[in-house]
Amino acid sequence: MLIKKPADIRPSEITPPELYARRREFLKTAAVLGAAAILPPALGGRIARAAADDNLKPTPYQDVTTYNNYYEFGSSKSDPSENAGSLKTKPWTVTVEGHCEKPGQYALEDFLGSQTPEERIYRLRCVEAWSMVIPWQGVPLNKILPRFQPTANAKYVEFTTLLDPAQMPGQRTRLLSWPYVEGLRMDEAMHPLTLLVTGLYGKELPNQNGAPLRLIVPWKYGFKSVKAIVKVRFTEQQPRTTWSSENPDEYGFYANVNPAVDHPRWTQKKERRIGDLFRRDTLPFNGYAEQVAGLYAGMDLRKSF
Amino acid sequence: MALQIDRWFSLVVKPLVFVACLLPLAWLLWLTWQGQLGVNPVETLSHRTGDWSLRFLLLTLAVTPLRRLSGWNRLQRFRRMLGLFAFFYVGLHFAVYLVFDQFFDWQAIVADVAKRPYITVGFTAFLLLIPLAVTSTNGMMKRLGRNWQRLHRLVYLIAVLGVLHYAWLVKADLREPLLYGGLLSVLLGYRLWWWRGRGHSATVIRSTR
Ligand code: HEM
Repeated sequence: MLIKKPADIRPSEITPPELYARRREFLKTAAVLGAAAILPPALGGRIARAAADDNLKPTPYQDVTTYNNYYEFGSSKSDPSENAGSLKTKPWTVTVEGHCEKPGQYALEDFLGSQTPEERIYRLRCVEAWSMVIPWQGVPLNKILPRFQPTANAKYVEFTTLLDPAQMPGQRTRLLSWPYVEGLRMDEAMHPLTLLVTGLYGKELPNQNGAPLRLIVPWKYGFKSVKAIVKVRFTEQQPRTTWSSENPDEYGFYANVNPAVDHPRWTQKKERRIGDLFRRDTLPFNGYAEQVAGLYAGMDLRKSF
Repeated sequence: MALQIDRWFSLVVKPLVFVACLLPLAWLLWLTWQGQLGVNPVETLSHRTGDWSLRFLLLTLAVTPLRRLSGWNRLQRFRRMLGLFAFFYVGLHFAVYLVFDQFFDWQAIVADVAKRPYITVGFTAFLLLIPLAVTSTNGMMKRLGRNWQRLHRLVYLIAVLGVLHYAWLVKADLREPLLYGGLLSVLLGYRLWWWRGRGHSATVIRSTR
C-alpha cells in the first residue's frame, strides 16, 4: 500500500517515495521541456536544467553564497553576502562547557583536533520551502564531541552563535533574541550524518555561510544548522533554542523535515529546489529517512515536530 | 479654456499615467528576460507583484484625500485606472502562485486557502476585488446608483486585508508591513476625520436651520 494518510505513517515504516516520485517526475519532465521551448531563455534554461536534474546535483556556488538566511547580518536573503565580509573569523575560539570532563576554551584548530575535513554533498531544506544541494567540507561531530568526554548527564548539546553587534549589524536590531542558540539530542549529535562544517565547494567557508564553523544536520530544517559557533555546551535539559522559543507553535525543537507536518505558514509537502521553476515533493527526513528514522522510533513526530 | 485643459488631460496626461502604471510590469518582464530575477526567480516575481498590488491599492486610496487637500478635482479621474491596475497586479500575483507555486493543483490551493491565514486573507482580498473591477464601468456606476458607492467601500477592507496578508507572511521582520500599515492608517484615518467633520457641519447646518 503506497498511499497512506499522513497520521498513519510512523518513522519506522517510512519508505522513501522515490518510486512514486519518479513516475510523476517523468510526466513533469515532459510538460516542463515543452514549456521551456516557449519561455524566455533565462527561465527556459532554468526549467531545462530542472528536468535533467537528479536529487544530488549541486546548486551553483554563486547561488549558495548569495541567497542566505542569516539574520545576524540582516533579514533579506542578500543581506548576509553584502554585510558579512567584515566578520573577523581568525583567530576563533570555541568554548566547551557543561556536563563534560574537559571543558575549556579551545582555539578553533585545537577544537577540531587532527581530523582532516571530508566532503559531503547534502540536500539543505529550509523551513521556507526552498532547498539546495551543497558540497560541504567538514568533520563529523561524532569525531569531535567524545574528546571532551561528555558525562552520563550530557543528554543534549547546545550550540551558540557569536554575539557581537559591532560585527553583526542584524544584532543591533531586535529581530530575534540574540545570541542565536540551537541544540541537538545527544544521539542526533552523534549520528554519522551530523557534520561540523569548515568549507564549501572545496574552499574556505564564506562568512555568509557561517564561517568559520557551522553545524549541518541534513535531515532537519536549515535553521537547526547554526552558524559561527563560539560555544558548545553539554546539558541535561533540552536547550531553549532560538526559533522555537520565539514562536513555539511554528518551530519545534526537533524540526525534522517532514512533509506530513505543515508549518502554519508554509506547506511542507513540497519545496522549490533553487534553480527549478516548479516545486518538487519533499521527502521525509529530507530523503535521509533510511539513515535517521530509527532515532525517532516510538515518537509521535506530529507532536514532537 | 476648460475644454482645452480637458482635452489635453484625456489625450496626454491620462495615457502617460497609464503607461507609467505599466512600468513595474515592463521592468519585471525585462529582468525575467535578462535572467536578473535573482537566485529564486519565482519568489522575486511573487514578491514584486505583491508589492505593486499593495502599492496600487494605497495609491487608489490616496486619490480622494489628495483631491480634497489640493482642490484639484481632475485627480478623481485617475481613481478608476489606479484601482484597476491594483486588480491587474493582484491578478499577476495570483497567477504566479497558481502556476509556479501550485502548478494548477486545485486541491492544494483549497487546502492552502483554508489552512494558512495569510493565504486566506490574501485570497479573500482578491475575490472581493473582482466585483469592484466588474462594476467599475460608467454604465455600472449609473445602474447601481447609491449602491455603487456602498459596494466600493469594500476597498477599505481589501486594503486592510492586503496589509494583514503581508504582516502574516513575514517571519520576524515586520518593518515593511508596518510601514504599509502606517500609510494605510493615515489614508483611512483621513476619511474618518473627514466624515466626522462633515457629520459635524451637517448637524450644525441642521440646528441653525
Ligand atoms: C489584495 C490582494 C493581495 C495583496 C495586496 C498582496 C500583497 C502581497 C505582498 C505585499 C507580499 C509580500 C511581498 C514582499 O515580501 O515583498 C505578498 C506575498 C505573497 N502573496 Fe500576496 N497579496 C494579495 C493576494 C494574494 C493571493 C490571492 C495569493 C494567493 C492565493 C497571494 C499569495 C502570496 C504569496 C505566496 C506570497 C509570498 C509569500 C512568501 O514568499 O513567503 N497573495 N503578497
